[in-house]
Amino acid sequence: MQAFSLTTFVRGLFLLLACCPLWLHAQEKTTGPDSRALFVEALTADNDRANEILQELAARGATEVRPLLEEWRAGGIYAFERADAQPLYVTLATTPAQEETSETYIRNVETDELVENADGDTLAVEKGDLDPLFPSRRLRRNLLQIVDLIALGSPEASERAEAAIALGLKGDAGYLTALQERREIEENGAVQDALDEGIALAQLSLGDRETKLEAVQRLDELNSIPALDRIRALQREATAEGSDWSAEDLAALQTAIHDLEGYLKWVDFFGTAFRGLSAGAVLLVVALGLAITFGLMGVINMAHGEMIALGAYTVYFVQQGMAAAFGPIGMEWYFPVAIPVAFLVSALAGLILERSVIQFLYKRPLESLLATWGVSWILQQAFKLLFGAQNKNVESPTWLLGNITVHDISLGYNRLFIIGFAILILVGTWLLLTKTPLGLCIRAVMQNPQMAASMGISTSRTRMATFAFGSGLAGLAGAFLSQIGSVGSGLGQTYIVDSFMVVVAGGVGNLLGTLYTALGIGVIDNTLQPFLGPVMGKICVLFAIILFLQWKPGGLFPARSRALD
Amino acid sequence: MSTLTPASKDKNLWAIAVFVLIGAILLPLLNMGGVVAEFQLNTWGKYLCYATLAVSVNLLWGYTGLLSLGQALFFALGGYAFGMYLMLMIGEDPNYHTRLPDFMDFMGYQELPWHWQPFEHAWFAVAAVVLVPGIFALIFGFLAFRARIKGVYFSIITQTLTYAAALLFFRNEFTFGGNNGFTDFKEMFGLNLHAVSTQRGLFIASVLYLAACLLFNWWLTRTKFGKVQQAIRDSENRVRFSGYDTLQYKMLIFTAAAIIGGVGGALYVPQVGIINPNEMMPVKSLEAVVWVAVGGRGRLWGPVIGAILVNAIKSWATVQFPNYWLIMLGALFLFVVLFLPGGVASIPEQFRHWRKKMDARRQAPAEPMKAAEPVAEVETAKSST
Repeated sequence: MQAFSLTTFVRGLFLLLACCPLWLHAQEKTTGPDSRALFVEALTADNDRANEILQELAARGATEVRPLLEEWRAGGIYAFERADAQPLYVTLATTPAQEETSETYIRNVETDELVENADGDTLAVEKGDLDPLFPSRRLRRNLLQIVDLIALGSPEASERAEAAIALGLKGDAGYLTALQERREIEENGAVQDALDEGIALAQLSLGDRETKLEAVQRLDELNSIPALDRIRALQREATAEGSDWSAEDLAALQTAIHDLEGYLKWVDFFGTAFRGLSAGAVLLVVALGLAITFGLMGVINMAHGEMIALGAYTVYFVQQGMAAAFGPIGMEWYFPVAIPVAFLVSALAGLILERSVIQFLYKRPLESLLATWGVSWILQQAFKLLFGAQNKNVESPTWLLGNITVHDISLGYNRLFIIGFAILILVGTWLLLTKTPLGLCIRAVMQNPQMAASMGISTSRTRMATFAFGSGLAGLAGAFLSQIGSVGSGLGQTYIVDSFMVVVAGGVGNLLGTLYTALGIGVIDNTLQPFLGPVMGKICVLFAIILFLQWKPGGLFPARSRALD
Repeated sequence: MSTLTPASKDKNLWAIAVFVLIGAILLPLLNMGGVVAEFQLNTWGKYLCYATLAVSVNLLWGYTGLLSLGQALFFALGGYAFGMYLMLMIGEDPNYHTRLPDFMDFMGYQELPWHWQPFEHAWFAVAAVVLVPGIFALIFGFLAFRARIKGVYFSIITQTLTYAAALLFFRNEFTFGGNNGFTDFKEMFGLNLHAVSTQRGLFIASVLYLAACLLFNWWLTRTKFGKVQQAIRDSENRVRFSGYDTLQYKMLIFTAAAIIGGVGGALYVPQVGIINPNEMMPVKSLEAVVWVAVGGRGRLWGPVIGAILVNAIKSWATVQFPNYWLIMLGALFLFVVLFLPGGVASIPEQFRHWRKKMDARRQAPAEPMKAAEPVAEVETAKSST
């Protein structure tokens, strides 16, 4: 397509772009008819009017009609003739069940809704009754450009910036002009930078040597990662046999490559650090419950993993319930509701477990390991029987999806959320333990139960509350894990060995130690992974911890005590 | 346990002798006569191998107070070492026409890696079955005990060790068959593994080996070494203050237990016909601990009873109640831990106590009953380590 139409293509583009500033100013003041309506008008208008409309759409940055423009170019827009009215312009909305049949649902282009019959049922029409609309050849060429350029005028800054770089990478003279035009009127600073980057990228493939060198320098200043490959290619070209680049120019290329590589390393480093931090945060949340039940109380609760799974299942059922009761709004806001519910459900389960089994085994810690392991088997099988053997998928609310990009480092919202929440839980736990009467009781009973009892503290009730709290924290961990992966009866098992290690290596009974080791393990794991692969990285971390305990047998922050055992 | 009866009068010795008579002579004869099916013999051979693993756990946990949650690792290491020999005895396979194990053909190996080569010799494999778990345990024991890692920390560190090892063995690049491990064995010491006589021989070997383990256990607990070992269980600090180097005792017993487990694994592999990294997962080691707990820890026959009982129940329940067997087993552990801390092997003893108590009550109903209490105290002192 491009080969035969390049000159006309470019000429058409110039014409189109000449009007751009005008439209853009118009956009801010007048709203005019909506983009879909304009598009429908273009479908039937003559060529000149259609072109005019396309330009208007491009200027508006009406990205919502982009799929329609693509459909139109490919002949995917149909006229649906009605007996007593104007023809309706539609796209196909064939369901998988209709693939084999001659019938199909249709979607109104103007309203973006499925076409219904008089009774309000979705209308199924014969595929043969629909006539595809084909734009003229000239329009088709324009459509191709518009589809590429439309995002440049989008009201969303991030879409504009993305489009600027994508267009620059295409290295097309027409797009270069479009970028330059846009740069004149762009007001958003970040988009201005992106446009500069796009322009320089385009110049890198289009301009003469002088322009290219200038572009290289500018890309260097802009820290353009996509430019790195292009500049490397340019360097290969320049150092090839028979090229006449001066040493000075070559040095300039080399500097730019060096700078960009340095920047890329920096971005990689902080990206890894961020991923490590979020992995560490997950580990921290999982290990925190254990730091209470195992670290403080000395109970090896092998059913801790099932408390996590219970929390995750709770989130799943809250989601199902709220989606059924409140529809999409329920889907959007179930998570804030599910978090406390998950905590309470797991805490209650922990309470029952403590009263029924663990309270009899405080003097026999190794045997509580066996008993809770039996509980773990019972619970796992019970989950399978009650909730089905298949893993459940919990859908994240939309506000947890997506990410923000800071200096080319993409920070996922769900990861940021987990880091934030981990900090919140850690601070909350710390406050509870150090600043409340309950915390005082807990610490007293854990340090010396007899002495605490003679001071009038009920050790039995304190232990019950502490264990329930630790189990509740496990439920919170489950709530998080449900947002990262699917929910199954074995969910907690995957984390249990790791989290025991975190507590032991951090120094038992020390929250700060748990924090440091969780983050440390997360970051080290993520740093090693690119070189060693995920499994070897993990193996190395596990062996490293075993060796670390040689050096500090009591963990990072050993409990200080004069007691021998 | 502390009173030393003369060896000839110890009931345990007679029990071991009866066990050997039944296991090594009567059952094989019945099998030859067609009364006991080969499948039965094979299943029991498997249980006996598990029992040796349980004996090794009991040596550590029951007699020394070291709860190792990684004992199945040594069992698997022994199994792998012998499995390597069995893999090389398969001979040329019809698809690839090489003498390499199948998984190496898949991965494009042209010749055996250096660490596989000596395993073509049976004597080397047999030595490796003892040495690999032994040396590994010696190194790990040294590291762990020197740092004075004990109690639950020791448990967790051993669990981590076996987990890390399992992850390592799951990798194909580690040249031990990855996920699938070793299987499809054909012969051993020139004997066809599928022949009934070979399987019968393996069963007899398992019986004799278990008897040897029990004898060793019985003998060890009567020596001075065994007494110190049990003293470490009850109060390690007192033993240290009395001038004993507990590090050496613990290292030795840890190594001995690893070797016992390793040889058990080597006997297990040819009878079951497969070894893969799942045998190293922490769950397997935990299961072994449960056998000991159910059977009765710190008792000679406890681990044997536990291993056979739990595995028999498991085999039966997985068929009869596929959906509920996990719950049943879980409930069994709970019950034993909560209500029968001495395990199944302690039932006769408890029954005797109960009868004595009843007698005492009948004779002097007004007197407060003190008869049962000292026993309970000993029980807790043992388990609180």
